[in-house]
Amino acid sequence: MSLLILLSVPLVASLALAFIGDRKFAPEVNILGSAATFAAGVVLAVEVYRNGPMLAGGNFFFVDAFNVYLAVLTSFVSVTTAIFSRRYMRRELEHGTLGHRRIRFYHAMFQLFIFAMLLCLLTNNVGVLWIAMELATLSTVLLVSLYRTPSAIEAAWKYFILCGVGIALALFGTVLLYFAAEKVLGAGGEALLWTNLNEVSSKLEPTILSLAFVFLMVGYGTKVGLVPIHNWLPDAHSEGPTPISAVLSGLLLNIALYALVRCKVLVDGSTGTHHSGDIMMGFGIISVLVASFSLLRQKDIKRMFAYSSIEHMGIATFAFGLGGPVATFGALLHMLVHSLTKSAIFFTVGHASQMHRTQEMDKIKGLIRGNPLVGWGMALGVMAIVGMPPFGVFTSEFLILTATIKDAPLMAPFLLLGLAVTFAALFRRVQSMVSGEIPDHQKRLKVAHVPVLLHMSLVLVLGLYMPKFLSGWFHTAVGLLK
Amino acid sequence: MSTQLAAQINSLLAALILLTAFAMLVQRRMYALLHLFAWQGFFLSVSTAIVGFVAKTHHLYISSLLTLLLKVILLPYILHVLIRKLRIHKEVETVVNVPTTMLMGIALVIFSYHLTAPIRELSTLMTKSTLAVALATVMLGLLMMITRRHAVTQIIGFLAMENGLFFAATSATYGMPLVVELGVALDLLIAAFIFGIFFFHINTTFDSLDVEQMARLKEED
Repeated sequence: MSLLILLSVPLVASLALAFIGDRKFAPEVNILGSAATFAAGVVLAVEVYRNGPMLAGGNFFFVDAFNVYLAVLTSFVSVTTAIFSRRYMRRELEHGTLGHRRIRFYHAMFQLFIFAMLLCLLTNNVGVLWIAMELATLSTVLLVSLYRTPSAIEAAWKYFILCGVGIALALFGTVLLYFAAEKVLGAGGEALLWTNLNEVSSKLEPTILSLAFVFLMVGYGTKVGLVPIHNWLPDAHSEGPTPISAVLSGLLLNIALYALVRCKVLVDGSTGTHHSGDIMMGFGIISVLVASFSLLRQKDIKRMFAYSSIEHMGIATFAFGLGGPVATFGALLHMLVHSLTKSAIFFTVGHASQMHRTQEMDKIKGLIRGNPLVGWGMALGVMAIVGMPPFGVFTSEFLILTATIKDAPLMAPFLLLGLAVTFAALFRRVQSMVSGEIPDHQKRLKVAHVPVLLHMSLVLVLGLYMPKFLSGWFHTAVGLLK
Repeated sequence: MSTQLAAQINSLLAALILLTAFAMLVQRRMYALLHLFAWQGFFLSVSTAIVGFVAKTHHLYISSLLTLLLKVILLPYILHVLIRKLRIHKEVETVVNVPTTMLMGIALVIFSYHLTAPIRELSTLMTKSTLAVALATVMLGLLMMITRRHAVTQIIGFLAMENGLFFAATSATYGMPLVVELGVALDLLIAAFIFGIFFFHINTTFDSLDVEQMARLKEED
């Protein structure tokens, strides 16, 4: 029941916000809708924690340890982003960069996007997963071009076309998967359910599944932002409004990776080899290296953090590819902490660029003196994201690195090189932004405190102490992904 | 109708779909391109209906009807209106290097046949030989999106890819479950509205639908 509420709240909120339009309380309704979604998510998580995996709505939806934690994370980040966007969007309205009609569009589409992502996570049907993934792209395309500047339109067009092509290839992979499944499970909707597919995965034809995996990897990999099909990501992140950059980075990439990992489990069950894992490791390590060296050359602050997202998705993909209990545990934790840290960073970045009216890093200075929350938030966020203790990212990266040294020692130097280059690149840039005197063109600004503080303290807690229910979930999920 | 005959008609339709895909690759005039796309949708729709009839899978009739409505009537109509409103019907797009594009297309077809060989061996369906054509249509749509520089052409390439995917679903498995096909059609419809809006935005911002002009976002050195 809570599952259906969880899915219907954002959909209802989206419709309501389309009607409410630009009335004064629209941002509050947006927050309230997200908060209700989060509450339903927590209730669902408690149910799953007590009673184990469950099916709902016939066989149409299912929840287990792997997707329930991502659903809670998605709804949580949607609440904090809604809180952040209240102040952010009000500022944009004052500046006149956005009109009232676009704010209405933004609110409605934001909730629709959250709905699409939750549907991706909770559906039991591989085909519906694909449909929801496409819906998630479509609902954000026009949000990326919200500012209607030439570069925003270009970025959105690139996002639309590249993700459209990618997702089309994933559909071909899904067709092949259905072709293999139909032979075992018979024609009809039953043959596309994860729960059924996982039971018979050893009977599925391995040659077809390996072929299907190549298409699924390229298709969903485009949405994860893996090199060499990552081109849309930095553009979409840098040109869209910052709340959208935060949810794209923090949530959408995770969802695409979730789809990919589910497919991998299925393919591994069929082929019995480590073939698909090798492909993922390859894509992952290349993403880490290319992204870390691209970081060095960035001048735009949001573009730089977009590359950092590519790097972290690369790390998680690599770890899932590597497999084994330690690496998988690390990857699950990494998805969680990266999502929390990166969206917190984007919140501070959004305020910083509003304070300076530019996204060029050379012109952003004196953040700590100008606004301690933004300055320290960004400094600590970057310390967390490069993997410094005591933050959660350190724990997950340490686990992944340990597993790499044990199982794939040849890859460890490359991974370390990527991490080191990222460390240097981010620190060099961020230090000059947060320190120093307040420049003349910096404006004072009312900022949203809660989201940044909440995210950063969670990341800190996860680095120091892992709650029992969370590690229990992860252990169950690791068992599922074996 | 005997299965033998149906299989032959289906192969003929597959050949026609491939032919339209090649023709679209090098067609320079907007309206002619649109007509080719509508024809491709029509062949696809007929082929789906025939497969549905022979295999007695009745939900394929719905898919066939959906294809007819969406890809032969609605989408070409929307594009037609957009082309007229944006006054680009007289525009003739330059297509670089037709022979090379054609050769690449042929290479993609051969590659598709090679890639689907293991599936042909495993499949028992009468449509198994057309799967390679379906994949080739997807690849040719992709090639079209890469080689052409006009926003409308890129969208038609994208829709041609969707045609290929749909054809793949029919020829590999006698169609995906109905809920999936309906969902895909819905997504396609939303996509159509979005690119319609996009054409206006691009046209007003860049004064043309030539995507070549969109080259602001690059890595600076």
